[in-house]
Amino acid sequence: MANALEVKGVSVIYGEGTPFRKAALNNISTVFPQGEITGIIGHTGSGKSTLASLLNGLAKPTEGEILLFGESIWAKPKEMKKIRSRVGLVFQYPEYQLFDETVESDIAFGPKNLGLDEIEIKKRIRLAADFCGLSDKELKKSPFELSGGQKRRAAIAGVLAMRPEVLVLDEPAAGLDPKGREEILQGLTEYKKEFGATLLIISHSMEDIAKYADRILVMKEGEIFMQGGVEEIFMQAEKLFDANLDLPQITKLFIELKKRSICQSTDVYTVGYAKKEIEKALSR
Amino acid sequence: MLKDVTFGQYYPGKSLLHRTDPRIKLLILIEYLVFVLIASTELAMAATLLFTVFLVSVSGVRFGILIKSVKPLLFVLIFTAIINLFFTSGEGDPLFAWKFIKIYENGIRNAVFMLLRLVSLVLGTSVIVSFTTSPLQLTDAIESLLGPLKRIKVPVHEFAMMMSIALRFIPTLIEETNKIISAQKARCADFESGNVINRLKALIPILIPLFVSAVRRAEELADAMECRCYHGGEGRTKLKVMKAKAGDYIFLLVVTLVTVAIFFLDRITWSEAIGFCRDIFSK
Repeated sequence: MANALEVKGVSVIYGEGTPFRKAALNNISTVFPQGEITGIIGHTGSGKSTLASLLNGLAKPTEGEILLFGESIWAKPKEMKKIRSRVGLVFQYPEYQLFDETVESDIAFGPKNLGLDEIEIKKRIRLAADFCGLSDKELKKSPFELSGGQKRRAAIAGVLAMRPEVLVLDEPAAGLDPKGREEILQGLTEYKKEFGATLLIISHSMEDIAKYADRILVMKEGEIFMQGGVEEIFMQAEKLFDANLDLPQITKLFIELKKRSICQSTDVYTVGYAKKEIEKALSR
Repeated sequence: MLKDVTFGQYYPGKSLLHRTDPRIKLLILIEYLVFVLIASTELAMAATLLFTVFLVSVSGVRFGILIKSVKPLLFVLIFTAIINLFFTSGEGDPLFAWKFIKIYENGIRNAVFMLLRLVSLVLGTSVIVSFTTSPLQLTDAIESLLGPLKRIKVPVHEFAMMMSIALRFIPTLIEETNKIISAQKARCADFESGNVINRLKALIPILIPLFVSAVRRAEELADAMECRCYHGGEGRTKLKVMKAKAGDYIFLLVVTLVTVAIFFLDRITWSEAIGFCRDIFSK
């Protein structure tokens, strides 16, 4: 499959030429294949959020290029709007951006800015609301009357309504209860399937990453520390601990089981697979 | 956007101005403002500038930071100078005349004086108070200086508390504003094009979330304060009690003398000053 996004030798440096010079990102190169979910993990201050704001042109890299389906996003700075509609970015705690009278009109903000016509906007609101699990009743409410989880969904719907080809989400499920997390991530996966979209999810939750991501990008101190398939990354437990990161609890359990020679596999990172492995071990 | 706000920023240090009691500094600031504004002769202005240079050099604030604090006012400074230059009419022939533009000697004088006055005001205020006094010290000083007003039931403590909270939340709200701007930009909001009305309308998606979050923060802060038994100023003691030392009073006295001196310098002309000097030397 083609690469939706390609990051080529990108650096972001603050205070160049002063004693406070700091590289938030240091010569990063990677690709995000179309139709896959990439989980981005890393310790606080490792440059995850900086990377996210580069991908839709909110910030400009000091060096390097970002290619969206082979074209540099900074090729035509005047058409940045178009890029931002193609690469949707959902910030941390997006519910703080809600402003309109009703949830419906708030979701319509993005599509309206794109200059779409009424019918198309209605269609997109419907679609985004479906993926985010918002009912008709909730669409008519003021966004400030909603509960925390519903607000989060309304805000994500506001970005989905632009129907982005690439969707970058910074901690989409942070601070929600387990059921809320599940529903939001499930909805996003469905959106990805339906439109062949590419998803980038920044998260601290190894469980969520293990469950939903196809690939993992591990960042450390402004550089790419590791990248690869989920299995490949979680098998290198030692290296992850070096980056001050954790493993999914189930993987940690299996490492302990291996130490006690009960179970041999170390590539376990989902509960479903763990169940099979345990049954196998028990039947032996 | 909103990144280069240096005005009103505290730079920790150990200079004379940092060590001076904040209440004394406020009194010094008042005296300073008075003489900067009254200085209208060359002699008085020279003395004012000299004193400003003295203050700046004892503050130990880096030169670059000072430049940064004047920079945002560059437009105002140039504008004032130009207005004064072209719109002051004087006696005698203009120095320069071209069609309706006439420049008089007085105009140049006014422009230069206004420029020096404004720069001194900004630099002086910055080094006496903003750069060398933490916001907490400042509000404490105001509360203490206005203390006598408590007798006539002015809620001085409450005002001081509100002020310190307001100052504390400026950087937080700036950060929040930047976040909201980014989030709306990511939804293709356009703040840079269109006519004035469209641009004002474009601010709504920023202002509403900002107000909502400010109110939310205020409620959270009020709860947190109540949980820690805050009940107003009555019987509240301070961790750091301000104590003016002898040195502080001497500093205040020196500045008072300078003020009086500038007051006199402002009254006499060059020839009188020269005559005065001659009298002293001939004796």
